[in-house]
Amino acid sequence: MNGFLSPAEMTALMLSLQVSAVAVAAALPFALLTALLIARHRFAGAGVVDAVVHLPLVLPPVAVGYLLLVVFGGRGPVGAWLWEAFGIRFVFSWTGAALASALITFPLQVRAIRLALEATDAGLGEAARTLGAGWWDRLCNITVPLALPGIVSGAITAFAASLGEFGAIITFVSNIPGETQTLPLAIYAALQSPGGEVVAARLCAVSIMLALVFVTAGNLAARRLWR
Amino acid sequence: MSLEVALKHRLGDFVLDVAFATKGRVTALFGPSGAGKSRIIASVAGLMRPRQGRIVVGGRVLTETPRLFVPPEARRLAVVFQDSRLFPHMSVDDNLKFGWRRAAVKADAASIAHMIDLLGLEGLLHRYPRDLSGGEKARVALGRALLASPEMLLLDEPLASLDAARRDEILPYLERLARETALPMLYVSHQVDEVARLADEIVVIENGRVRLQGPVFELLADVDAPVGVPPLGAVLDAIIEEHQADGLTRLSFNGGVLFVPSLFRPDGAQVRVRLRAEDLMLAIEEPRAISANNVLSCSIAAIMPAGDHVDVQLRCGATRLVSRITGASAARLKLASGQPVYAVVKAVTVAREG
Repeated sequence: MNGFLSPAEMTALMLSLQVSAVAVAAALPFALLTALLIARHRFAGAGVVDAVVHLPLVLPPVAVGYLLLVVFGGRGPVGAWLWEAFGIRFVFSWTGAALASALITFPLQVRAIRLALEATDAGLGEAARTLGAGWWDRLCNITVPLALPGIVSGAITAFAASLGEFGAIITFVSNIPGETQTLPLAIYAALQSPGGEVVAARLCAVSIMLALVFVTAGNLAARRLWR
Repeated sequence: MSLEVALKHRLGDFVLDVAFATKGRVTALFGPSGAGKSRIIASVAGLMRPRQGRIVVGGRVLTETPRLFVPPEARRLAVVFQDSRLFPHMSVDDNLKFGWRRAAVKADAASIAHMIDLLGLEGLLHRYPRDLSGGEKARVALGRALLASPEMLLLDEPLASLDAARRDEILPYLERLARETALPMLYVSHQVDEVARLADEIVVIENGRVRLQGPVFELLADVDAPVGVPPLGAVLDAIIEEHQADGLTRLSFNGGVLFVPSLFRPDGAQVRVRLRAEDLMLAIEEPRAISANNVLSCSIAAIMPAGDHVDVQLRCGATRLVSRITGASAARLKLASGQPVYAVVKAVTVAREG
């Protein structure tokens, strides 16, 4: 692909893959726990938790980016604390782009895992309990293996969606080549500059290919449920 | 092993309110579907937390509301569920060893091999649950529970989802388990033949309450038991004395001798025999020249009219038998309590284990 893409475009592609991979991996444990909470426990606030989890899916990404800026920005409560206590900064950094992507694609992961959990027989967990398996044991050896197709499918779909994230990233961490400029941001930048249509078209083609590959992979994974 | 259960729990309109204690090695919870038997098993296993209750197994208090509740994973009571509940992502071998790997006291290689042999699982070890028949699944589920080395085995209608042929395939395994191991069991069933073949003690559950409780030899043959629950019939443990040249097997029990069609078990083996009340004929004088092979000398302990028929309680040595005859026959023979009679049993009607 080196001949096809310029070094700058290659950088945007690699950054996109890196941001998405980190976003999906970091969000996965939280998505699993949230899905477990919603699927397995009937509690009063379940509806509220479900609604909150789905917020990033329906809110304008720009609004999510803005909220992230307010909370995790240099002067935001969490952002300022992280910077002072640990020297961690999200704004204007690729990690901020990953945070934004993780948040936006979180509902996709929760949804896929939750459906997989609901399709598995809760009686198997009971059987495991009577055979001496505690909570963590059951999570590792029964729950996760049985929900694995859902987990994989959710992760792949989230990864593909994350590659396309634009609004939240550009609002939260701006459009810095080599740092926060992922594929969609690079396409946007190319369109802003005179004569950039060819670059935009190339990046667009790459995006389409990536999306096709990962969405197909996600669907294949979802179909492989244990019966 | 002793088991003490006292439970009060409400589920919608259904109220479970039971209390019983048993020292039987195999205790059967018997009763119609929806009586609350499975709830009791779930409570003993710790899968259900009763509103009020106390559960003690072998002197270990497992539930005592509201202050104590031992979680199921710490109870060491393995459950065999009606629907097997094998782990679909594990081979039969991994399913079998799931509880074994987590057991505090692990069965050694020899006893694992014995169990695999007893349940006929050799050929299945590398298969997955989706490739097993219903009967095979039930056997694997039983093996998995046994290998966890539980203090007590809880069986929740393990045969109910199987057809008659599969049931007959699994019952002998359960019987061998009940005879050849010292493992205490709590067995839930609504099939009287399963209970008669396996249990020492019966607790009859109806509508969330204990209706009756007693040793299987007494209760199943008790004419005072409420009509139809459970069906009347004597249960006796007999010893194989001789396989005769004429094709009959001679059994001895505490009260006499019984001839049954050939049993393919070694001399000296213990077999359980059930004599249904309907299959016992009564005679005042000792009958001769009849086709029936068994004429047992008994005395009448009680006579209980029940609708158009009469249930006659018999004592045959130390064994309790029961005969169901018509009211007309009872009147014609002028049967009375304490009277000596002969019970006639056709060998072919003896319900026996294989």
